[in-house]
Parts: sequence; C-alpha cells; structure tokens
Amino acid sequence: MSTALSLHQSRKRKNGVMMALCVVAAGIGLAWLALILGALIYKGLSGVSLAVFTQMTPPPGDAGGLLNAIYGSIVMTIIGIVVGTPIGVLAGTYMAEYGRFSRLTTIVRFINDILLSAPSIIVGLFVYELLVRPMGHFSAIAGAVALSILVIPVVVRTTEDMLNLVPNALREAGTAIGAPRWVVIRSVAYRAAMSGIVTGILLAIARISGETAPLLFTALNNQFWSSNLNAPMASLPVTIFQFALSPYEEWQQLAWTGALIITLTVLGLSIIARSLTGRREDR
Amino acid sequence: MSAVSEAVTTSAMRTREATVRRFALTDTIFRSATRLSAILVLVLLGGVAISLFAGSWQALSKFGFSFLTTEAWNPVTENFGALAPIYGTLVTSAIAILIAVPIGIGIAVFLTELCPRPLRRPIGIAVELLAGIPSIIYGIWGLFVFAPFLQTTIQPFIIWVFKGIPGLNSLFAGPPYGIGLLTSSLILAIMVLPFITSITKDVFDTVPAVLKESAYGIGCTTWEVTRRVVIPYTRVGIMGGVMLGLGRALGETMAVTFVIGNAHRISASLFAPGTTISATIANEFTEADGELYTSSLVALGLILFIITFIILAIARYMLLRIDRRAGA
Repeated sequence: MSTALSLHQSRKRKNGVMMALCVVAAGIGLAWLALILGALIYKGLSGVSLAVFTQMTPPPGDAGGLLNAIYGSIVMTIIGIVVGTPIGVLAGTYMAEYGRFSRLTTIVRFINDILLSAPSIIVGLFVYELLVRPMGHFSAIAGAVALSILVIPVVVRTTEDMLNLVPNALREAGTAIGAPRWVVIRSVAYRAAMSGIVTGILLAIARISGETAPLLFTALNNQFWSSNLNAPMASLPVTIFQFALSPYEEWQQLAWTGALIITLTVLGLSIIARSLTGRREDR
Repeated sequence: MSAVSEAVTTSAMRTREATVRRFALTDTIFRSATRLSAILVLVLLGGVAISLFAGSWQALSKFGFSFLTTEAWNPVTENFGALAPIYGTLVTSAIAILIAVPIGIGIAVFLTELCPRPLRRPIGIAVELLAGIPSIIYGIWGLFVFAPFLQTTIQPFIIWVFKGIPGLNSLFAGPPYGIGLLTSSLILAIMVLPFITSITKDVFDTVPAVLKESAYGIGCTTWEVTRRVVIPYTRVGIMGGVMLGLGRALGETMAVTFVIGNAHRISASLFAPGTTISATIANEFTEADGELYTSSLVALGLILFIITFIILAIARYMLLRIDRRAGA
C-alpha cells in the first residue's frame, strides 16, 4: 500500500518537474525574443532622426544618414522580387496543376525544399562565379540576381501549397463550361489562392530584405549615392555589417538604427503575411 | 471568367475550330512556361554545384585531399587548408543543436499540452517571429550586448568553477574574450530554436488524439504520455526538424561572423576565437587577392554546400516520411 502510494507520489513529482522545465523552456524562448527586441529598440531608437532618411552614409567620424543604403536595398529587393516571383509562381503552378502527379514534381519539390534552407552565402558564391567574374566587377544587378534566387524557393513552396488547397470541384466547374486549362488556372485557381500567393511573396520580401551574405560579394557596397545598376550599390544589411564592426561610434549608432529599421520591416511584413491567411504552416 | 466570355464574343465570326486551336496553342505555351520554370529550379541547384566545382578546381587540384586535413591558412605563402573552418563549423553547430533541441522540445510540449488555449496562438507566433529576424540582427546583438555580458560575468565564473577539474579546465580556459566558439554556439542556438520548435510542434499535432487519450485513460501523467507515446510516435519528424535546424546552423553566416573572432586555428578551449566556413568566406572573399586564394575560399563553399546538402536531404526525407504517415 505504502509502496504503491510512494510510486504514485514519485510519478507525480517527476511529472511536475518535467512540466515545470517545459514552462521554463517556453519562458526562455520568449524572454530571449524580448531581450533582443528590447536592446534593438533601446539602442536603435536613440539614433532615429530625419537625417537617417535624408543623408548619405558618412565618412568615418562624421554624422550622416543611411539614405543610399536604404535606396539600394529597396531597388535590389524590388528587382529580386520582380525577377524571382514569376518564375516561382509558374513553377509552383506546374507542380500543383499540370504536373501534380508527375515524377518531375516530386524531384522539384525535394530540390526546392533544399534550396529553401540552403546557406545563402553559397548563393552569393554562385552569382559571383556566374556574373561578377565574367563581368569583371561587382554590380547591383548581380546582387539583385542573388536575391531573386532566394525568392524563388519561397514562392514555389507557398504557391504549390496554396494551389493544392483550391477544391478540385472549382476547377471541374471551369472545365465543364468549356474553359481551357490555362484559363481555369488563371481565372479560377489563381483567384482562389490569391491571398496565399501574396503571402508567399510577402514572406519572400521579408526574407531577402535582411539578407547580407549573398550581397557581400555581388553588390558589394558603396559609400556614395549610386543608381547605376551596373556598379556596386550600397545596401542596408551590408552597411550595418561594415559599420557595426568599425571602431567609430557614429557608424555603430547608424548600424543599430539600420538594424531597427530592418527588423521592424521584416516583422511588419511577416505579421501582415500571417494575418492575410490566418494560420499558415511554415517550414 | 471574363477571359472566356471575351474569347467567345470575339470568336463569334470565326469558326469554332479556330478558337479551339487557339485555346490549345495558348494552353501549350502556358504549360511549357510552367514546366520550364519548374525545371529551372533543378537547373539552379545544378548550376550552383557546377559553378562551385569549377571555381574551386584550382585549389582542389593543387592541394588535393590534404586541403581537408591541413590547419594552415596562410595567404602570404599561399598555403591553404580547410581543417580549422570545418572544425569550427562542426563544433559550433553541434553545441548549438545540443542546447536548442531540449529547449525546443520543451516549448513544443508546453504549447501542445500545458499552455492555456487563448495563449497558444500568440506564443506560437512569437516564437516563430524569432525565426524571421534576419541573422545580422542576431550578429549585432551578439557583438554589442551578448559578448560583453559573457565576458564580464558568465565566462570568468565558468573559468573559476572548472579551474581545478582536469579535462574541463582546458575546455573552458581563459582569457575571457567574450567572442569565440561558445558565444557563436549560443547565438546559433537562439537562431535555430524557432525552426526546431515550430516543426516539433507541427509533428506533435499529428499524433492521433485517441493514442494520447488511451494513455491518459490508463492513468498516465502528462510527462509519461509525452515520453512514452508522443515522442516515440513522432521520432522521425523530430529528427527531421533537428536536421533542418542543423542545416541552418552549419550554413549560418552573418551572426557567426560577428562573434567568432575569425582566427584560423584549432584550440581546445571553447572560449578561444575560431572561425567557421561561412565566416571565413564572408570575411575574406572580397579582400582575397590571387586566384589560388579565391579558389580556396570557393572550395570552402563547396565543402559547406556538400555537407548541408546531405544534412538537408536527410531532414527532408525524414519529414516526408512523417507527412506520408499523417496523410495515410
């Protein structure tokens, strides 16, 4: 009787300990997020001023802003999205519509999932070998191409997932009134899956707007204003990298401010993307 | 459906046959475009592999197999070996996974079993938002906030504790720089935690309720249900998530570059500065002069590509298996 009771006690105790550890784990995870965001807001906010958005990156020891870096980031992100999205959407369309049961789809899905989490610095090396070396110089185009390669897998994945969620009855209804396959896809499937596809694009923007590694040796960096796509261009992440590792206080402060801008952009985009589709599976 | 009605009205005077043929043509074009795009995804990965091979050929043919086993990294004498970066990459990733896996599983258990229902979604989202923060933010935070904190408080304490214990005292030998292998590992652990958590939580959700209920029905505690039912059932999926996290950790560049210290040597102490493959490439690529130097860095990239490809392929295969079972 007493051994049975003590066994019960020890099982209960063990359960209590393990569950407490799980709560602690969740606490650690959340506390870490709060710590990082807290430090970022504390250090970044003190440097936010109009000058950040209106002045160029300064020489060491001077005050200045991040205008050319922000401009470069926006330009390269836009080109990356414009190049990457159509390819990604079309590939996802093939996988969910024309080739849903083909062998090619299985292989592409597998390779795409690997590209999705492949190290982004590898993409940088690839574009360096592909564009920078033949052209003989670093350029914003190369940076944008590197970003578009990162966009493709994200968009492929969400497009395929979202098109697979469209009920087949809708497609059958379209086909029954005599619409050819591509009209059904364009006017029925895309329309039904629109919010999901847009979510994928937003997530892709969120992903590339903070990417540094693929830009380091494709777009390089530029201390000055440049809108020439065939020349090195500044970007926010690379500028943060350079400024944060410098010994100059003004540069470090700009790095923090830039980091705050990127984080708020990325968090904002992810929250919008999330609210567009409600609960979304994200791997 | 405007396209159809449009097409129907414009074809009013044409023959029906021509319309059908036009439909077939556009459909073929659209179909080929989608197929080409899908194939382009394969071409991308193939292109990455080929270009890395081509770029690293010079270094690989000069150093041969000894590239993998040499610690030397001397741009002046042009003698390069990948051992130190490979060592740094493997050690930091392994420690990061060891820290992140228990915490990640703990959070997943908390979210699926313990958390009050109204809090479940917000906390799940908060953890997943951690995954969206760009790695450079972790890097700058690690360099300016985390490393000084480690340097002034945690590291001196650990050195003091393990000073008298043989074996451990060389693992935690000073001086406390703040930056180094251990700091990188901790930052990596924070970074992969959200991936491991969200995948573990997803595979936990695939456990059929009836399995858990029968265990609870015979009087199991929550911990026993988790340990004996949920985890065995989802083992493959958890392993897949861990491998995916490992893939991320191995290839992570910016966060590590900030806090690793970039020293091409292998030291026993975890507090010593070291380097990883990705940090070496990020730090030195634009400054590399000479074909052989550049080629050696690309060769490092090739090694990283092969390692992560294998790890990610295993991860995807495992996750595919649990998906299939959940679907069946």
